[in-house]
Amino acid sequence: MTKSRSGLIVVSTFLLAIAAAVIAIGLGSIRISVPDIFETLFHTSAGNVNDTIIFNIRLPRVILALIIGANIAISGAILQAVMGNPLADPGLTGVTSGAAVFVLVIMLAKPEYTQFMPLAALIGGMLAATIVYALAWRRNGISPISIILAGVAVNALCGGVVGYLSIIYSDRLPSAVQWMNGSLAAKGTSVVTMILPYAIVGWILSFFAIRKANVIRMGDQVAANLGENVHRIRILLSILAVFLAAISVAAIGMIGFVGLIVPHMARFLVGSNYKYMMPMSMALGALVLLVADTGGRTLFSPLEIPAGILMAVIGGPYFLYLMRRSVF
Amino acid sequence: MLTVNSISIQYEQKKVINDFSFSVEEGEVVSIIGPNGSGKSTLLKSISRQIPYQSGSVELDGMNMKAMNPKQIARKLCMLSQKNQAPSDMTVYDLVSYGRYPHKRWFEKLTNDDRDIIEWAIEKTHLTDYQERTVASLSGGESQRAWIAMALAQRPQILLLDEPTTYLDISHQHEVLELVRELNEEMGMTVIMVLHDLNQAAHYSDRVIVVQSGEKAMCGTPDQVMTTEMIREVYRMDSEVMYNQAERKPRIHLLRTAR
Repeated sequence: MTKSRSGLIVVSTFLLAIAAAVIAIGLGSIRISVPDIFETLFHTSAGNVNDTIIFNIRLPRVILALIIGANIAISGAILQAVMGNPLADPGLTGVTSGAAVFVLVIMLAKPEYTQFMPLAALIGGMLAATIVYALAWRRNGISPISIILAGVAVNALCGGVVGYLSIIYSDRLPSAVQWMNGSLAAKGTSVVTMILPYAIVGWILSFFAIRKANVIRMGDQVAANLGENVHRIRILLSILAVFLAAISVAAIGMIGFVGLIVPHMARFLVGSNYKYMMPMSMALGALVLLVADTGGRTLFSPLEIPAGILMAVIGGPYFLYLMRRSVF
Repeated sequence: MLTVNSISIQYEQKKVINDFSFSVEEGEVVSIIGPNGSGKSTLLKSISRQIPYQSGSVELDGMNMKAMNPKQIARKLCMLSQKNQAPSDMTVYDLVSYGRYPHKRWFEKLTNDDRDIIEWAIEKTHLTDYQERTVASLSGGESQRAWIAMALAQRPQILLLDEPTTYLDISHQHEVLELVRELNEEMGMTVIMVLHDLNQAAHYSDRVIVVQSGEKAMCGTPDQVMTTEMIREVYRMDSEVMYNQAERKPRIHLLRTAR
């Protein structure tokens, strides 16, 4: 994997994601041509119906898909380095569902505290990550089997709590169903403005995490030998990964497999050096979730399939394919 | 150079290393030998801070290692484990360049000086023709050499090797040990290594430390340590020891388990 080639692939993927975003803005029950989109976006048109459709409905949704996709993919990429394990992903490890439980408590039991949802998600995610470490950590690291088992345990626990919440608050449940399936529908600008500052902070920190991720993926012994405080890096990077996943959960709910599959695809395309793998995961994650969301809302129109469901349908088989190729 | 002051290591209730002291001078090659479970690897790992010790201290260049920061230590001391695995797509050059990591801050890129050191380390380990190949595609001996090259690029004064030959066939074992001796003679690098093979320990070291059930059984030059009595006492084996006057190295011939 030559370096210039990896760099080129990363840049092209970013451009591809932007191009896909423009096309996605045009798709839907009312189609808008690409020149019209540009006219509206850059205010050269004289205010028409396209304004409303693009600025109030499609653009926020497209941007949200890009942000969330990038977040979850980066989160997975970091977790895979930190846990030294290709199966580490915010979904399988239970981080997502831990965050979801805490968000759901607010959503159903205390709807007046909606502004604390990101914080609640972060706490829930951290709790889940701590449990996974406590259950799966052995003296010489985490084996793929124990991570899956710990994830199963955490996910089951969270599933139980979600079940309980949905029974006692069954009257308020319909509003939460879309969210639980990872839907980007009808989110609007407010969610984008809520998540964007957090996401930007997370991306900047991820940029600084590249070097540390590159060292810790070599294994604890080698990293310690190179003068790193392994435990401190592991904790800090885990917090960053949980943060990125948690804010995404707070915004749109549970979306599985992006954090698992995208880093694998990124590694396949640009190699395992995080200098390329991290930005590649970001670009590819944004692109994949955008495609999943746009597919979900256009393919079966007028029915709308949440992106989370589409990701699960594509992600499950891909996961099995990885297992078959014994990537881990 | 390195002084171990009566350290004790305990796992849960079991004492693995008991009140162990030794010191190593600059430019020495010291081998630690002993039966399985005697605690010799544990000792090495505690010096490299992989395993904590409950009492005692380790001094590096007169400084207590617990008071030094990890980067500071990494520039002076490097430990190589018996088995290492690099990410499957990592090239030899990239692996070796990690050795420069402790010398860099996060915003610093590799300079020409760094590249010179990396290339020197690759040349020294005779891997010049392999530098663009992935570490995963190398044979056991070659890959062990690549890891040693990474350690060299770190420019440590002390190299710790934990059974560097365990997974290698006989000729590769000697290849690695000859490389270690070359580094010691040419650069004055201090080496502490755990070895299984008594003849290798006798042949390649200035001094040998024998560990038995977590305690120091013996310590001295190979001809002082490698005696039929020691081997009977520590390994429960009968043996013949021949002494080569010219080389001043004992040769051990193991005969049978002692009754």
